[in-house]
Amino acid sequence: MLGYIVRRIIWSIPFFFAASVLAYIIIQAPPGDYVTSLAARMVSEGNDMDPSRIEALRIRFGLDDPHPVQYFRWITGAIQGDFGQSYEWDRPVSELIGQRMALSVILAFSTMLFTWAVALPFGIFSAVRKYTMGDYIITFIGFIGLATPNFLIALVLMYIGVVHFGSDVTGLFSSEYVNADWSFAKMLDLLKHMIIPVVIIGTSSTASLIRIMRANLLDELQKPYVVTARAKGLSETKLLLKYPVRLALNPFVSTLGWAFPQIISGSTIVAVVLSLPTADPLMLDALLTQDMYLAGAFILLLSALSIVGMLVSDILLALVDPRIRYR
Amino acid sequence: MSQMSSTQHTQPPILEVKNLETSFKTRHGWFKAVDDVSISLYPGRTLCVVGESGSGKSVMSRSILQIVDAPGKITGGEILLHTDFGDGAGHSTVNMIGMDPRGKQVRAIRGDDIAMIFQEPMSSLSPVHRIGDQIGETLRIHMGMSKKEAIARSVELLRMVEIPNPEEAVKRYPYEFSGGMRQRAMIAMALSCNPKVLIADEPTTALDVTIQAEILELMRSLQKAHNMAILFITHDMGVVAEIADDVAVMRHGKVVEKGDVYSVFASPQHDYTKSLLHAATQCEGPSDRRLAMRERRPLGDPILEAVALRKEYVITPAGFRREAKTLLAVKDANLQLRDGENIGIVGESGSGKTTLARCIQRIHSVSSGAVLYTDRQGNTRDLAPLTKPDLKEPWRDMRIIFQDPFGSLNPRMTVGQIIAEPLMNHGLGTPVEQRARVAELLDLVGLPGSAAERYPHAFSGGQRQRISIARAIAPNPRIIIADEATSALDVSLRTQIMDLLLELQEKLGLSYLFISHDVGLVRYFCDRVVVMYKGQIMEEGETEDVCTNPQHPYTQSLLSAVPIADPTMRASKTRTRYVEG
Repeated sequence: MLGYIVRRIIWSIPFFFAASVLAYIIIQAPPGDYVTSLAARMVSEGNDMDPSRIEALRIRFGLDDPHPVQYFRWITGAIQGDFGQSYEWDRPVSELIGQRMALSVILAFSTMLFTWAVALPFGIFSAVRKYTMGDYIITFIGFIGLATPNFLIALVLMYIGVVHFGSDVTGLFSSEYVNADWSFAKMLDLLKHMIIPVVIIGTSSTASLIRIMRANLLDELQKPYVVTARAKGLSETKLLLKYPVRLALNPFVSTLGWAFPQIISGSTIVAVVLSLPTADPLMLDALLTQDMYLAGAFILLLSALSIVGMLVSDILLALVDPRIRYR
Repeated sequence: MSQMSSTQHTQPPILEVKNLETSFKTRHGWFKAVDDVSISLYPGRTLCVVGESGSGKSVMSRSILQIVDAPGKITGGEILLHTDFGDGAGHSTVNMIGMDPRGKQVRAIRGDDIAMIFQEPMSSLSPVHRIGDQIGETLRIHMGMSKKEAIARSVELLRMVEIPNPEEAVKRYPYEFSGGMRQRAMIAMALSCNPKVLIADEPTTALDVTIQAEILELMRSLQKAHNMAILFITHDMGVVAEIADDVAVMRHGKVVEKGDVYSVFASPQHDYTKSLLHAATQCEGPSDRRLAMRERRPLGDPILEAVALRKEYVITPAGFRREAKTLLAVKDANLQLRDGENIGIVGESGSGKTTLARCIQRIHSVSSGAVLYTDRQGNTRDLAPLTKPDLKEPWRDMRIIFQDPFGSLNPRMTVGQIIAEPLMNHGLGTPVEQRARVAELLDLVGLPGSAAERYPHAFSGGQRQRISIARAIAPNPRIIIADEATSALDVSLRTQIMDLLLELQEKLGLSYLFISHDVGLVRYFCDRVVVMYKGQIMEEGETEDVCTNPQHPYTQSLLSAVPIADPTMRASKTRTRYVEG
């Protein structure tokens, strides 16, 4: 088991290297570099730039160095948390992302908890009571949840919130807390504001998870080991949770890997609509304005999160399913 | 119905099933899967319930524990469990019917008074829970043991069922065990609470004969030690003869005959019992039809020959300073098939018999050796080095029939399309000619011409196998490779299909490579037999010689494990085990 984990961790290193090279190439892909775009900006603002100063800047930033050297400088910086400077915001990328990342993680984590807490019991119920009224109702709601784009739900809920309750549902903080220091009251305020985004972002994944759980469990319920457990004299509930549900959960564990990159990019449109101060809108911005260091940092983070996510889900899968370890 | 010889039942029954009726709700109303079945189980005795697939024997056994699956429901009868409180302090009788199938009362009986083991030793155990956990669970439910006590007891139980190194085995997972070991673990689990009744639903059907013999022996000795009543469900008359004290024959949900094993085998009363016995004993000797056919037409020259055929699989390819890890699936096999001959390849699962056949047919590549094929014109070629385009012609002459009559026919093609497919692939005839050929083929295999328009799901297992045969003979081949072609079928159908194959042999001049794990079928069908074990041919010879006077110790052990459908032979049989070396 330990060997398996170590092997998986070692394997993720070349993956990460490949991803970072790709991210670097994407940053470098557009013509020009930071200094040429700075010069262009100065010119457009009416300030001519002295060619010797441009040259000095190039040397200072090391932009004439060969690519491997530049890559190495960038990646060693990135590993230490220095992702370079954002042109658009004129602030260090790490500072920009750092603020929003925490909120993104909290939001993504809450959404996942919500999704699992709702989807698993409903999925189990739906499978065990197959073709009953309850199953049909859950299936119907599930299909609606799957078919409705979540930004639409966001808009509808915003409308209802404003028109019927006179409250603003956007953002994650009330105005008095936005710039306040962290306190218990601010936490409460955040929790209150999070409910709607969590429900909106979680709807479609909850719906699909219910369907997946139902299908998985229906397969498992047919298996002979369920009959064996019943013949031992186990009670139905205990039996259900110990055997078929346990096995039906395995595919879920492997989906955990995808959940990680979702922290940054899972809810972009909703975050824009609800003007949430999370990382998603910032990433969208960075891509639209070709703010390359910022975008590059996001790309690198996304790949790193995917790799870490896969690593975590692989290790978890090996923990819950002993068969994996031996293959 | 013959009377049970009551003299042998010294003790009163422990479990009585009276007029049991279990029905399944279908669109056309209720279908009675178990219809008015009455049986009794006595301590220390084994009742074998025998019947073919769909006879309701399995549903009956599940009805006792009230674990029939969803649309099924017990609709009548009584199941009386007589329990005593030990020391002769008196006994009580409970009627298990009427108990809530999910309720506490029946759960207290399951696994405690009545335990059950099942056919599939792999899927009947949870793959993600340790063996010790699964055995100990029963103890914790019924005996209130702690986790630690339960594990300690599981170790003892595993030792009782002769699993080596039980302290380690409790920590293992089922997939780390072989099929036979898993079934032993299942038995340990079932016996954990010293049940008075053990229900075994085809417990040895999925196992090799040598393993089957061991499991049966184990069950017998455990029964003796615990004075258990065993209800043994099987379709195999040989197994019945080995293990039963009493027999009940089921057909269409009803018990058509019951009695003690000696009288049922010596003088079966019901026609169905007779036909089952006939089908079982038929396979203990050569087919008369085959012998007569060989009289009329002696065997011809060799048409297919494997010379020092070797097949290695690469498990991990060779790397830097590391040799390739390989698995030797077939080791230097020599085989010679003459024109009009049937050769049986017999062996247990994993012995390489299928691989050998696939190599001879050149579906698999060959690592070394030669496959010499002599075509109709008398030209001999080595198929081993040929590539796909060159193999087209030999492939037309060499067709295959598979084991699974359900999986081997495309459900979205009509039977006519299925049979015509090899004709189309080889560009034989116009569509009109092909349709005529399909009609002719259907007639040859004994199916009505109307079958061509229908889809495979409309046919039973035996009929589907006839369709597979029609497809195999469509391009007018010379050699048919039958890979366990009758193994998935009921006993009475097996001989029918083999007789059909023999009939076709006479009409079409075919030769067969007949792969089977069942020595009986090979004895019935094949002129010569090749015995394989771990990729190697251990013995080869005329079928009757090999079966009556086996030379190699492995063949001897294999044959001694084959159950004989005659209970009087029980005492005189001695089983030998093959130990390599």
